[in-house]
Amino acid sequence: MNDTPAIKLRKINKSFGPVHANRDIDLVVKKGSIHGIIGENGAGKSTLMSILYGFYQADTGDIIVNGNKVTIPDSKAAITLGIGMVHQHFMLVDNFSVLENVILGAEDSQRLAGGINRARGELRRLEEEYELRVDPDALIQDLPVGLQQRVEILKALYRSAEVLILDEPTGVLTPAEADHLFKILEVLRSEGKTILLITHKLREIMAITDTVSVMRRGEMVATRKTAETSMEELAELMVGRSVLLRVDKKPAEPAAPVMEVENLTVTDSRGVVVVKDVSFSVRAGEIVGIAGVSGNGQSELLETLAGIRRATSGTLRINGETIDLGTSSLDAADMRAKSMAHVPEDRHRMGLINSFSEYENSILGYHRDPAYSKGPLLDLAAIRKNAVAEIEKYDIRPPNPMLRTANFSGGNQQKIVLAREIERDPDVLLVGQPTRGVDIGAIEFIHKRLVEMRDAGKGVLLVSVELDEIRALSDRVLVMFDGKIVGERGSDADEGELGLLMAGVEDERNLLEGAAQ
Amino acid sequence: MYEMYYTLILILDSTVRLSTPLLLACLAGLYSERAGVVDIGLEGKMLGAAFGAGAVGYLTADAWAGLLAGIAVSVGLGLIHGFASITNRGNQIVSGVAINFLAMGLTALLGQTWFRQGGKTPALPEGGRFRDITFPFAEELRDVPVIGPLYSELLSGHNILVYLAFLAVPLTWWVLFRTRFGLRLRAVGENPAAVDTAGISVTWLRYRAVIACGVLCGFAGSYLSIAQSSGFIKDMTAGKGFIALAALIFAKWKPANAMFACLLFGFLDAVAIRLQGQSIPGIGEIPVQFFQALPYILTVILLAGFIGRAIPPKAAGIPYLKERS
Repeated sequence: MNDTPAIKLRKINKSFGPVHANRDIDLVVKKGSIHGIIGENGAGKSTLMSILYGFYQADTGDIIVNGNKVTIPDSKAAITLGIGMVHQHFMLVDNFSVLENVILGAEDSQRLAGGINRARGELRRLEEEYELRVDPDALIQDLPVGLQQRVEILKALYRSAEVLILDEPTGVLTPAEADHLFKILEVLRSEGKTILLITHKLREIMAITDTVSVMRRGEMVATRKTAETSMEELAELMVGRSVLLRVDKKPAEPAAPVMEVENLTVTDSRGVVVVKDVSFSVRAGEIVGIAGVSGNGQSELLETLAGIRRATSGTLRINGETIDLGTSSLDAADMRAKSMAHVPEDRHRMGLINSFSEYENSILGYHRDPAYSKGPLLDLAAIRKNAVAEIEKYDIRPPNPMLRTANFSGGNQQKIVLAREIERDPDVLLVGQPTRGVDIGAIEFIHKRLVEMRDAGKGVLLVSVELDEIRALSDRVLVMFDGKIVGERGSDADEGELGLLMAGVEDERNLLEGAAQ
Repeated sequence: MYEMYYTLILILDSTVRLSTPLLLACLAGLYSERAGVVDIGLEGKMLGAAFGAGAVGYLTADAWAGLLAGIAVSVGLGLIHGFASITNRGNQIVSGVAINFLAMGLTALLGQTWFRQGGKTPALPEGGRFRDITFPFAEELRDVPVIGPLYSELLSGHNILVYLAFLAVPLTWWVLFRTRFGLRLRAVGENPAAVDTAGISVTWLRYRAVIACGVLCGFAGSYLSIAQSSGFIKDMTAGKGFIALAALIFAKWKPANAMFACLLFGFLDAVAIRLQGQSIPGIGEIPVQFFQALPYILTVILLAGFIGRAIPPKAAGIPYLKERS
């Protein structure tokens, strides 16, 4: 058997503006294997694969296909090299038939008729060979997502792909559909195809891959034979053991609950239940951390509590007032009025308007506050005075309230958001990824502020994918997996134990035990 | 009775004449918008083409040379639109509006500078205008009841551009739904990322659509100045580009529908002309503005969802951006 790797990547680098999405990536993919690439959302997996498929170009680095160094300037080149990709968001034309989608870009001739007929025959052959049944004349928009994905696979096979990249293929699938997909992948492997499976789900990696590479924050941190590793090890590699964070804090003195969540269920726009019957409380004077591999429902939970996402059902008790989240139409402003402040996970998308100046951003969401207005007009003097005070208190640099927030560093941008939310003295602070893309100095500062909030007798709900951050700050840790809270631990929680919970291992063991009984 | 029939034939005859520029422009917009490039500049391109055709038709006394000039001007304006909205990913509406103003101003300015007739081009010499084509036996059959007027008035006696416009309908359908180019064109208007990942250049494809649009707009504009009339008049498109755009929405971006929509709007125009100054029993005189407004009113009613839904190509108006920044 030929031992030349199907794909070899050498020192791939790719930046999007200031974001270094891929840093010196090396990767070797054996022919005829299923190679998993695992990492959290934003670890750079999709970027790397898009480079391989010619959708993006690497800034530096080499791509070697079947032993030959190649350049892949566009997807056409990738297709010619026998690389096919099933994107996370399907690249299908909704109002075209399956056949039309399959032949798009591979039509054979100027007139369609010939290509369509050839494709019809070829599809029938592929269907037989790989059990990829789908009605060739159905419109994509009428097909369930599982079948749409099958069309994507057929597209690649129709172009005689030898290497098939699947980007988070199970994100939109039901468990049964996912199992069927894995069967298809095994058939493909037995036919000698090479498969690159991108995912953040450990279970899938263990179930189907031969080799697994772990990415974290744009870097390739490890490659293992799947048979020789474990979910625990992979979880640890994914989340990473960065510099141990130390936060000086005295023991918490929690009082009565300020926020209680009961039976919260959230369904997203695709109809997938992302938060499943979650109940917990946050007491005054404590920081409750929610740990979990990203994509397990934490973001949706936070957004629902902040009033920017609708719940399917559930109740929220805040300061003694009970709100039925399933029926209420409270928005973010109402939540703020109930003394809940929110530092969103993604400050660029939800926390700031980057083309606005600092002082304008410093009152976003609080712009209706009478303190900032003079009749129907904004009281610019008051707003600026407040902004200057916040800049000083939070050491925001450069100390210029007129500067557009786009020109501040990540850490300072985050401080602007934090100052805005904390300085309104809320009873509950919801914080998502407070130190994502923030430098070490600012991390320390932000952590200190959060502990100060706690010591002032406020409730803090902290969502973070940084396990160290969760452990350093939280007085109680809740672990979310697959939309559910699968465990609660104290501030002294063991990292390995948390890792297991985050990987859903504990949960699965329980299930197995349940099944055995 | 026969009088009424004859009147109807005459109205339909002028419907065909009035629909032709709408139809050409509407099909032009169809190519562009099906590819995801919204073109509000149909009006400007038509006007530019009308001027180019009128000027060259006068200078060369050759209608075909006039037509080519019209097409060249229109394609040129289309390429400006393409450069702004495809290459530089600008706002397609803004670019289209700019094209309209550019054409309006330039035709008047150049017309006055070159010909000194208040923005008009001089009347076309013999040969500079497309002549009406008379079908065989049209004269002989004129007096045959029923069929006679139908043949000799309605079908016969139009210039070549009219016939080409109606031939362009099945041709457009064939191109869009039966050729590789058409498949890709429709795909790029729905999901350009799918086209890109299939290894096809989104940019080049959209440019070709914009060029096809320019060619058809060139026909539409030339029809006005060197077929329907004999020379260019300032602002002679008089909103026909916008009516064509309304027809395109009315037709839900489908070629055969486009023809019927344009015939309907042309018919309204013909009726308006016919009824001008005439009093209808029981209603009185209908102001001509009512008929002029009808296409727009109908389109608004359509858009409000009363006559089914008009769903534009999904990617229409959105510049294609691959890289995150």
